[in-house]
Amino acid sequence: MKHSTFLLFTLPSLSVMFLFIAIPIVSVFIQSLHIEHKQVIIVSENCDPFGCETTTSVDTEASAKLKEKAPLGKFNGFKTYSNRMHFAFDEIGEAWNSSDSFIVFVKKIYNYPLYRALSFTLTYTFVVTPFVLFLGFLVALGVNNLPKLLKGPTIFASLLPMIVTPLVGSLILFWMVDGDGVIGATLQKLFNDNSLSLKASPVLTWVMLMVYGIWHLMPFSFIVFYAGLQTVPHETIEAATIDGASKFQRTRHVVIPHLMPLAIFITLILLMDNFRVFEPIISFRAEAHATSISWLIWNHLRESAYPLYNAAGATSMITIFCVGILLLPVLIRTWRDFNEKNKG
Amino acid sequence: MFLKKLILGGLTALFFSSSLFAADCGPNGQSIRILASDFPAIHAIANSAESNCAGSASEFTRNHTTEARQIMNAAQTPDPAEYTSVIVANSTLVQLMNDGLVRPLNDLVEKYGGNLKSNQLITIDGKIMAIAFMANSQHMYYRTDILDKAGVDGIPATYDEIISAAEKIRSAGIMEHPLVMNLKVGWNVGEVFNTIYLAHGGEFFNQGSAEASINNAKGIAALETMKALVEYAHPDHLTQASDDTQGLWEAGQAAIGFMWGSRGGVILDNEGSSAEVTSNTVLSAAPTVTGGSIPGATLWWDGITIATNVSDSEAEATFAALVSGMTSEMVAANNDDAIWLIDGFKPGPAAAGVSATAQGGAKSYPMFAQMGLLHNALGAELVDFLKGAESAEQALSDVEAVYETAAKDAGYL
Repeated sequence: MKHSTFLLFTLPSLSVMFLFIAIPIVSVFIQSLHIEHKQVIIVSENCDPFGCETTTSVDTEASAKLKEKAPLGKFNGFKTYSNRMHFAFDEIGEAWNSSDSFIVFVKKIYNYPLYRALSFTLTYTFVVTPFVLFLGFLVALGVNNLPKLLKGPTIFASLLPMIVTPLVGSLILFWMVDGDGVIGATLQKLFNDNSLSLKASPVLTWVMLMVYGIWHLMPFSFIVFYAGLQTVPHETIEAATIDGASKFQRTRHVVIPHLMPLAIFITLILLMDNFRVFEPIISFRAEAHATSISWLIWNHLRESAYPLYNAAGATSMITIFCVGILLLPVLIRTWRDFNEKNKG
Repeated sequence: MFLKKLILGGLTALFFSSSLFAADCGPNGQSIRILASDFPAIHAIANSAESNCAGSASEFTRNHTTEARQIMNAAQTPDPAEYTSVIVANSTLVQLMNDGLVRPLNDLVEKYGGNLKSNQLITIDGKIMAIAFMANSQHMYYRTDILDKAGVDGIPATYDEIISAAEKIRSAGIMEHPLVMNLKVGWNVGEVFNTIYLAHGGEFFNQGSAEASINNAKGIAALETMKALVEYAHPDHLTQASDDTQGLWEAGQAAIGFMWGSRGGVILDNEGSSAEVTSNTVLSAAPTVTGGSIPGATLWWDGITIATNVSDSEAEATFAALVSGMTSEMVAANNDDAIWLIDGFKPGPAAAGVSATAQGGAKSYPMFAQMGLLHNALGAELVDFLKGAESAEQALSDVEAVYETAAKDAGYL
């Protein structure tokens, strides 16, 4: 294909990507380098039905003048990235110097929001992704072997967790694990412990969130694998059967290699999705024990009175950066495979 | 002929009566647009304003949403603003004032505020910025039957008495977790600290500056008190807000509660609970520190404001309409929906807690411009301490560090 033709072909998608991906990212990045102007604060006497107090208020006229001069805010460079809300470089240096053992140091790091969120987000990603991949494959195999009559209803039922809106799905589970809920009460009875609470223990909260994640995402990998299974060549399977391969051997040596490209595709999507885990933390009200990177962004913006656009912007850039690192190994592998195939 | 006369007479009477009692709605043909939170008392005010003045306005629209606080600044910033009035509370007035989105009401009060009481006027440096119509605060709820059964004498009035009462209930084997408080991570947990810190006589900021000053002996004492209380709270307390604690109370699973006054009417009514619970529930003042005198609560008011970015005649019509709704007839019809600050309010059992707390000298929720940032930091950073993973000093120094970072980014430091 001629270069100019290729360019013409891709122009629409390139321009859409530029408009809706590149420009927003650049704008978020620029925002993350600026903080609010200094608010001009005045001491004021404030009277309400219960009495008078001396408080402070913002001199809006003086503050508005500052804002008019530079609407983006005050340039702050990369200080937002290095402050306590993000990489906390100064604090970590201090923690390193003042800790006598590595465990103490790790505990101190865990006190900073970004590292706390990263630790849950990464654990979640690396636990949920393989489980979803593996269980989804098993379900696909199972459904594929069902008699034709049962296939339709089974597929529909297996897809339900994905059809249910994440917020609603996790809310339902949140009520079920309550001390008065089905799961919570059963567990209390089983362990004969009336104060056993899935919501009060950090470990159990993490487990609960991950189980929810696996439940919610499994249909995705199931349906992709199931579609892939329909394309496994009959001839190869028959040949393997004639050669005396058992069912397990056929799956191991014929089906899995055939589905490998699909597995890589699913892994990529799952890594990205899981790294942005957010809704279950809100629905499960799990902020006390588990926070994620996406939750941090939301938390910076939630207070409408003082939205910290710079902090939210910086956390967003860090998210993009981390997703990039996560995907790198898979992307490199795909690239290598592609090159080898082209050579061959 | 007779019928005609009757109709005519009726119409004339109607005309006269409506013109006789018609409220003063200010300039005719203006657009009145109200943004407000969504609870019965606010509906009562807005209903009354609408029925008085919708006729003389070109449009009268109301948006009642619990998310009002989240959208108000964005809605009021453009000129003309989306709403001519936002109904606010202490902290949301600060939120609007920080961006200069509410106008002083002195001249309007002079013209239309004949029936307002002086304590309804919220003034900042002499400028009236809002007209309050109701009050709210946290206070104690007790189940007298359970206190009796556990051998507790009288109603606990201090934190220490509450803790020892809770211990008695636990050791008598009546309830393992007799206490309910709104301790959901975030705003709620921060607010509980605020109340206990105020009871200890604490100040949030250094005088006249935006520097936080909570990492001190009073802060630590407040945290220790909080921890001692939490020992007796439901194991899931870090996920519980008002709806959850009210639910536990109505289900008879709690004997001592620290909840909002606005829940009093709902808890005491005959819906959602058993007679055993409602007939034995008493509402009393927020507790003090042993030997102290300040009740551990923050007093709140709800009131009306008028937008900066609307025309003067729209502002006038909106103000006149809303003030026309603040009558003793409206209060009489909705007496138990709120602790009204308007004439004609007859305090019932549901109002006992808030009245006692306010009379005891509790402080208002602090109206510092930067208070919301400190409140956020408290809500996020006290949790590790409550979970037992951190010391009180560490938790408070974390709060100050988080606040400092956020306040610098937001331009307050």
